[in-house]
Amino acid sequence: MTLFNWTRRAVIAAGAAIALAPMAATAQTPEGVLIVGQVAEPKSLDPAAVTAVNDFRILVNLYEGLTRYKPGTLEVAPGLAESWEVSEDGTEYTFKLREGVTFHDGTPFNAEAVKFNFDRMLKEDHPFHNTGPFPLAFFFSSVEETTAVDDTTVKFKLSAPYAPFLSNLAYPTGLMVSPAAVEAGGAEFGRAPVGTGPFKFVEWRANEAVVIDKYEDYWGEPAGAQAVVFRPIEDANTRVAEMIAGGIDMMVEVPPTALSQFQGDEFNVVEQAGPHVWFLILNAKEGPMADKKVRQAVNYAINKEAIVNDVLEGTAEVAAGPTPPAFAWAYNDALSPYPYDPEKAKALLAEAGAEGASLTFYVTEGGSGMLDPVAMGTAIQADLAAVGLDVKIETYEWNTFLGNVNPGLEGKADMAEMAWMTNDPDTLPYLALRTDAWPENGGFNSGYYSNPKVDELLESARTAIDQEERAALYKEMQEIVQDDAPWAFIANWKQNAVTNNRVENFSLEPSFLLQLEKVVKK
Amino acid sequence: MGSYILKRLAAAIPVLIGVSVLVFFIMAMIPGDPALAILGSYATPENVAKLNADLGLDKPLVQRYFIWLGNMLTGDFGRSYSQNKPVIDEVLGRFGNTLILAGVAFVLCSILGILAGVVSAARQYGLADKVITFTVLIGISIPSFFLGMILIILFALKLRMFPVSGMYLIYGGGGPVDLLNHLVLPASALAVVATGVIARLSRSAMLEVLRQDYIRTARAKGVGERRVIMGHALKAAMVSIIPVLGIQAGFVVSGAVYIEMVFDWPGIGQMLVNAISQRDVLLVQGGVVVVAACYVLFNIVVDVAQAMLDPRIKT
Repeated sequence: MTLFNWTRRAVIAAGAAIALAPMAATAQTPEGVLIVGQVAEPKSLDPAAVTAVNDFRILVNLYEGLTRYKPGTLEVAPGLAESWEVSEDGTEYTFKLREGVTFHDGTPFNAEAVKFNFDRMLKEDHPFHNTGPFPLAFFFSSVEETTAVDDTTVKFKLSAPYAPFLSNLAYPTGLMVSPAAVEAGGAEFGRAPVGTGPFKFVEWRANEAVVIDKYEDYWGEPAGAQAVVFRPIEDANTRVAEMIAGGIDMMVEVPPTALSQFQGDEFNVVEQAGPHVWFLILNAKEGPMADKKVRQAVNYAINKEAIVNDVLEGTAEVAAGPTPPAFAWAYNDALSPYPYDPEKAKALLAEAGAEGASLTFYVTEGGSGMLDPVAMGTAIQADLAAVGLDVKIETYEWNTFLGNVNPGLEGKADMAEMAWMTNDPDTLPYLALRTDAWPENGGFNSGYYSNPKVDELLESARTAIDQEERAALYKEMQEIVQDDAPWAFIANWKQNAVTNNRVENFSLEPSFLLQLEKVVKK
Repeated sequence: MGSYILKRLAAAIPVLIGVSVLVFFIMAMIPGDPALAILGSYATPENVAKLNADLGLDKPLVQRYFIWLGNMLTGDFGRSYSQNKPVIDEVLGRFGNTLILAGVAFVLCSILGILAGVVSAARQYGLADKVITFTVLIGISIPSFFLGMILIILFALKLRMFPVSGMYLIYGGGGPVDLLNHLVLPASALAVVATGVIARLSRSAMLEVLRQDYIRTARAKGVGERRVIMGHALKAAMVSIIPVLGIQAGFVVSGAVYIEMVFDWPGIGQMLVNAISQRDVLLVQGGVVVVAACYVLFNIVVDVAQAMLDPRIKT
């Protein structure tokens, strides 16, 4: 037999082997087990130690906070605390805890556990403070003292009135972990999490899956699914392919360009506007942007409709001001976005004597909540060129970008892209628009915006206990900020997810958290 | 031979030290820092400075290098910030996965490449040679990640023969059959370019040998064609083919980076890409050092194999 014949046989045999390969790939996912495609491997499952929405999506099913967001809203509702009282001066919060709640490890949830959680995060001398770092602990920096009054009563003493406190308790950073499990696990706690939620942790197979099971002794209504498996699939195209192939039942953060592949009966696309705002920080301290007219001109010159519809394929809405509409109660719906008006922009630039100005524009390659930053940046560059502004883009990888932008734009750039997702209408303007939040004071006001009236409104809003009063203050702040234009307000993102038709009762929350307790998988 | 191996091993030490110096200082030069990555958008310069101090990143660079090197020699590669676990656990676990993928791809490309080269040479200018040369040209020209996407669309989405991603079925998975099922597409995508290169070089190595006098003599003595080619010529040609295999092994491992991203294979390539974007300095350093050590070891194996086949190489 000749060599060629041998080769031919080998080729035929190999072909047959491939053709007959196991067909398990098309097997259906099991009933009652929901498989979720995640955008990355979680960093940790310790709620106090993480900052990424990706991790929060798992955490909120394992843990609960003293308060929670009412489904479908950003309003605060009772969670592990049944009720609370706030002292007259707004500095003392007393919570009545739910009785008969146990952590998944069987230890009781009580006032001591609450105290342990906050002390661990806030007190540097706490024996388990070294299980951190706790990057978002500053959400609770106004907490001076946590006291366990009795088994079911816990009291927080604040250094000053702080209205966002209740809503911060509902944020993942405020979720309650089992003290016994922290004591046993130390720094490894984040890999073997124990909470009180409707699901309990089963296993974390590195880079493969996090598996959680229905917690049978849950105090509330039991979960609808037997188990949920979170699978990290980093590449968005691979995630889409896996969704189409049936390897996962649900995926989040569907790339806009892939949404059209999920039309039809087999899939459901779910959308939900959230507290997200995508904007340009404008350098109000120096250069052409120091003139309010130039900043307004930039707002008029950018075709935001085109960006949300063409670049983002309708997955966002045009932003009107610094506060996203998702904060319904605090949002000023009398504001309408700056219209696209290049002529008006040119006139304003002429008035300011800034025609033909050269600008440096920091653009990032990607990053949390940044949507499609390079495409958006070049669209903005083209719009500004159309009104005679010569914009030079400098592109940076996300971490480098933050390292450049957070310390302030002075001496470096005239504008920079930025996006924030927050849980309370206070957070973003307080951290990024106050005079006291200039970078040298440790804030995020990288464009050096300063308006004493805005400062005053924000300080009063955070100490006002009455929600209506707070709302009025925020609405006034939005009007001033829109007119001052320290930012170019571009877009509010609508988060999305796709499920297959075996998944029922699923909806996205405005909080960006993925609450799965009611979801049923057929 | 023993002293040759020892000599080669000793020569590897300065190489590894060089690698450690390079990777350490290159990582130090990359802008952006781990504290920022850990703190995210909420990173104030003050908090960044504090966390960097906690992580020991405020010490002088050279001091940090020696601390790192010293710890590494005792087996302590540090703790990954992004994974929140010991670097060595993460690196070894991931590296094992890469070896499975790259190993299968390497075996595949070695066998197919040599086979194709031998057939091509044996049938020089014949139909088989032309078909193989043409196919090889296409194989070399297609970027592996692109081929990977084509394979996913064709075999996973259209024909539903193989899974899209991962190493195992996520529910009730595991076992060699499941693994094999998940391996077919990524290993094939990874093997294609290397197969082409090996086929081309095997063909020319074989042609060179086939022109030698002793082959003519063997044929004249009436030795069968198959024995001439497989027994005489291939054995001689292997001396030139083995170093190529060694180089291709390196390419297969580095090519795995793209393939791991496309097929969501939890290997070291995927880990390094993520670690770099997370500025997880210790994880990148540990990963690169382990991969480099493996390369060096592999080269030694190739050299030794070559020396064993060819007595002219001084041992």
